Amino acid sequence: MHEIIQYISSYLTSDKTPGAAGNMFWALVYIMLVFLGLSVAVIAMNWLERKILAHMQVRLGPMRVGPHGLLQPIADAIKLLLKEDIMPAEADGFVFWMAPLIVVLAAFTVFVVVPFGPTHAVTDMNIGILFMLGVSSLSVLGIVMAGWASNSHYPLIGALRSSAQMVSYEVAMGLAVVSAILMTSLNAEGTGTLSMIGIVQAQQAQGEWFIFKFFPLGLIAFFIFAVAMVAETNRAPFDLAEAESELTAGFHTEYSGFRWSLFFLAEYSAMIAVSSIAVTLWLGGWLRPFPNWLHGSPWDQIFSLFPGVTFLFFAAICFYNAARMPKHPLFRVQTVGLAGFGVVLGLIGLALFVPAVSARVQDIFWFSAKVAGFMYLYIWYRGTFPRYRFDQLMKMGWKVLLPMGLGVLILTAGVALLQQNIWHP
Amino acid sequence: MLIGGIAVITRKNPVHSALALIVTLLAQASLYLMLYAPFVAGVQIILYAGGIMVLFLFVIMLVSIERSMKERQFNSQWVVGIIAATALGGLFIAVYFKGKNVFPEGVPAMLEGDNTQRVASLLYGQYMFAFEIASLLLLVAIIGAVVMAKKRI
Repeated sequence: MHEIIQYISSYLTSDKTPGAAGNMFWALVYIMLVFLGLSVAVIAMNWLERKILAHMQVRLGPMRVGPHGLLQPIADAIKLLLKEDIMPAEADGFVFWMAPLIVVLAAFTVFVVVPFGPTHAVTDMNIGILFMLGVSSLSVLGIVMAGWASNSHYPLIGALRSSAQMVSYEVAMGLAVVSAILMTSLNAEGTGTLSMIGIVQAQQAQGEWFIFKFFPLGLIAFFIFAVAMVAETNRAPFDLAEAESELTAGFHTEYSGFRWSLFFLAEYSAMIAVSSIAVTLWLGGWLRPFPNWLHGSPWDQIFSLFPGVTFLFFAAICFYNAARMPKHPLFRVQTVGLAGFGVVLGLIGLALFVPAVSARVQDIFWFSAKVAGFMYLYIWYRGTFPRYRFDQLMKMGWKVLLPMGLGVLILTAGVALLQQNIWHP
Repeated sequence: MLIGGIAVITRKNPVHSALALIVTLLAQASLYLMLYAPFVAGVQIILYAGGIMVLFLFVIMLVSIERSMKERQFNSQWVVGIIAATALGGLFIAVYFKGKNVFPEGVPAMLEGDNTQRVASLLYGQYMFAFEIASLLLLVAIIGAVVMAKKRI
């Protein structure tokens, strides 16, 4: 027993990722944790999207299942799992069966290299960012396969549209990424890195997030990536692959039940994946905000309180709404449930005030908070922007974003060269 | 990889062939990984599996599949093919058994840690000229494709 505790505590104080330490068991634990966290995030995203969209459109959104519809995603999941699994008679069985698996695998595999903190990643690869882009580009294959195997018009057109879109926006995305990677090479040795942890450490060493580097070059590169990543995940306003009015549901029209929910899962985890690329490359990954302006021990103390305060704030919202629940006996279960949820959140918040815990998980908190900001942006886009037409989309990708990306890349390289050779010889 | 390769040439449906080719390319990427060349493996996945094969599938899907399914699979060069395959296989086997002196065994000196940096310094240092010529070749190919595709420029 003592040895087990010692083993666990020896890991909890380790300063390496499980992959770098070569520890298979902890790597497995991390994979399970990431998978669990991702599933919870997708469930939460599902509820938040419906709720926020509803409030943007002056509706209430889901209200019936649980207090404020909190249990709605669980009800949805049960409904999807119990649905009949239909495969069109003329469909190509094997390809139809493989397609959702490929999409889900591609969406989840990329999280192997996502750095939630200097030690909180499954592993750190030398080719980290290349691996992420490569594996997430494999999901196009799944979409094309799904559209073709369904043997029906809407899915085929949806798949063609979505793959054309993903292939063409990948180019602009790659150029933006390259200009950020170029910035990592501004150190004494003059060599950059592709590893996700290395990129964040480069931002830490240079004391500047890459979004503010060589203003406005970093900002423009970030903007290109932010547009391309929405197109890459087929979300509004670039969601014409699944434009309901023209193509019913695009490439997954013929899918139902569990297979459809796999596509759903993959879409949301791909959104989280590209957001975490953006956070890692431009927004300083796990680093807390304002490391330069507000540095020193009092500010470190104040920022280390943030995770706990956030959870206490959520708990307070729960209690406030539990108090506002109708006082009818029929609502008693919901009121108690909401208050219980608030208690759980409050306990998590209190646990985060313990200095040892907060020092260990603070980086995870900042990373997730930044990613959550991007998730909110996705919902916001969907609530506000009208959908593009396909030729507008292609024009935007090839005639606006691509030249912009090339220009930013060349300018970044030029400014970096000047800085290395003339300003600091 | 072998299974994928055989499936590429035996499947009647061109889409299945293309999918088998993807499996082959991914297996090749994993071979690169085992040779401690993660950068080459990553580029293999991005370019071949992610980029080129999607375009392949694109074109195949636009072509009518029913018609090509009915066509008889033909191969008038099977004699030459078999001879070439046997020669290559024989060469591989000979190298495997007798090649100890030609290709010395041993762990490669290049480490996984800075593979990408080494590739970059080789490409842009020692082999700069060859690299630029290759890019020029690609540029010529792009211009040629545009000229052929567009009637009026």
